[in-house]
Amino acid sequence: MTKFIRKNLAGYAFLTPWLIGFLLLAIGPILASLYLSFTKYNVINPPRWIGLDNYTYMFGRDARFRKALQVTFTFVAFAVPAKLIFALGVAMVLDKGIRAIGLYRALFYLPSILGGSIAVAILWRQLFNADGVINSLLELVGINGPYWLADPNYSLWTLVVLAVWQFGSPMLIFLAGLRAIPQELYEAAEIDAASKVKQFFAITVPLLAPVIFFNLVLQMIEAFKSFSGAFIISGGSGAPLDSLLFYTVYLFNEAFSFLRMGYASALAWVLLLIIALFTAIAFWSSKYWVHYESERG
Amino acid sequence: MDTALTADPREIARTLREAKAKRARRSALLKHIFLICASLIMIYPLLWMLASSFKPNNQIFGQLSLWPREFTWQNYPEGWNGMAVSFGTFFKNSLFVTVLSVIGNVISCSFTAYAFARLEFTGKRLWFALMMMTLMIPYHVVLIPQYITFLQLGWVNTYLPLIVPQFLAGDAFFIFLMVQFFRQLPRELDEAAMIDGCSPFKIYWAIIMPLSIPAIATAAIFSFIWTWDDFLGPLVYLNDVKDYTVPLALRMFNSQDSVTQYGQMFAMSILSLLPIFLFFLIFQRLIIRGIAMSGLK
Repeated sequence: MTKFIRKNLAGYAFLTPWLIGFLLLAIGPILASLYLSFTKYNVINPPRWIGLDNYTYMFGRDARFRKALQVTFTFVAFAVPAKLIFALGVAMVLDKGIRAIGLYRALFYLPSILGGSIAVAILWRQLFNADGVINSLLELVGINGPYWLADPNYSLWTLVVLAVWQFGSPMLIFLAGLRAIPQELYEAAEIDAASKVKQFFAITVPLLAPVIFFNLVLQMIEAFKSFSGAFIISGGSGAPLDSLLFYTVYLFNEAFSFLRMGYASALAWVLLLIIALFTAIAFWSSKYWVHYESERG
Repeated sequence: MDTALTADPREIARTLREAKAKRARRSALLKHIFLICASLIMIYPLLWMLASSFKPNNQIFGQLSLWPREFTWQNYPEGWNGMAVSFGTFFKNSLFVTVLSVIGNVISCSFTAYAFARLEFTGKRLWFALMMMTLMIPYHVVLIPQYITFLQLGWVNTYLPLIVPQFLAGDAFFIFLMVQFFRQLPRELDEAAMIDGCSPFKIYWAIIMPLSIPAIATAAIFSFIWTWDDFLGPLVYLNDVKDYTVPLALRMFNSQDSVTQYGQMFAMSILSLLPIFLFFLIFQRLIIRGIAMSGLK
């Protein structure tokens, strides 16, 4: 019995910092924000209970909420698959023993490690300036480029490109996954004269499925959460015409520009549920397309 | 006898081998051409920013060339002192927050990881699952209650909200990374030490930590980069310009609508990226392995 206590004592002693953080900085705030989402709260006066009003307003009348959803879903739907396709494509070219692979890998990864910086978001804004680099390049081939950042039809695509440009991490994870596929399988397929395309769909995709799934979930969550790029490039407001009104940007402004903490908490909870729902869908669908090595026995 | 028809089988095999090698060489060449072009496109924006930081203001836009026609150092000293508060202060602030965050993360996350990887205690599986679930929670969801709490504690406009949470093992990525690493170390080490009468803390400090330098270093590097880049935290908690971290200072450049000092803005952006770039150069191996191991973003 004393041994039981001593064992638990050591475990929980080491766990203490995390436990405190988990209770005070994760679970506590999540529950608090659930409570706040049923109130009207501007920090100065105490929160006032208003029942479901925040939610009925959100789903019933708030056009900006719908716009934010539309912008965010469009971003996720294009940026995530494109990023994964680039990551896998480059990883496959790099995989089959090539000289200077370390250098290429570093060059492809560099934008990703620097990309989290505000400096890169600022750079992006200037690249897509009316007379910026992108339009100068387009001019070379005789295209008169649009006003990327001032035109709501184009502004979101600059952020999709920014996200895709940072395909480095999934690329590295794909590379590690490709290494684990036994080379003999491809050799056997060569002997059977299976085409490269056939090999890709019959060997690479099924054996890489767990890694594809892992990258998909991770990148999807990241994309839903993405904030700084849209915030900086839109000048903090989601402009032009709310075309860069990412969900997180809308939430931030509701909370900290307009001090509508109750409503922003409701927005935060809906975001949490959206991410949980999409993650759950991904896990559910994985039953049908992801098979792990150990299951096959 | 017709020698042409009864060619030595070894001869045929060699011809076939040579043809195959030739094909392989050509495909390798094509791959290199593709990879060189692709990596140039990838790093062109970064090089353009570097080049622009050495150009006079009127030569930055409408120019694709990377080599400045008129080379100037002036953007650096002028950008450094371009605002009411010198960039020296911003760098000092950033360094202060970042170094303390790294220390906090390394200590608290390694404690937690040691408990999960090497100790037995009741409820371990449940806590571990909960820890992994916190990966999914968007910062925006906990931000508002955290902000209100820190406001009531009088911590807003100090660095405490940015630093204290780092000592409470808030980043599950680092815990996961270390758990993965700690688990690989042979159990016999702990057992032998236990028989010798070592306490769990002694085992953690004298055995596990020294053997886990790669994992600790990887977590420290990522912790440095993410804190250095962090934008949302400082944006919410720091209001006084003299307390600003580098990302907030860069944003001031960006949000001045009348901004004409692009060269200075790029010069300071380059300086802000420099520490991360140097880390990447020095610790590339650790960074790349860390990502492949745990799927860090």
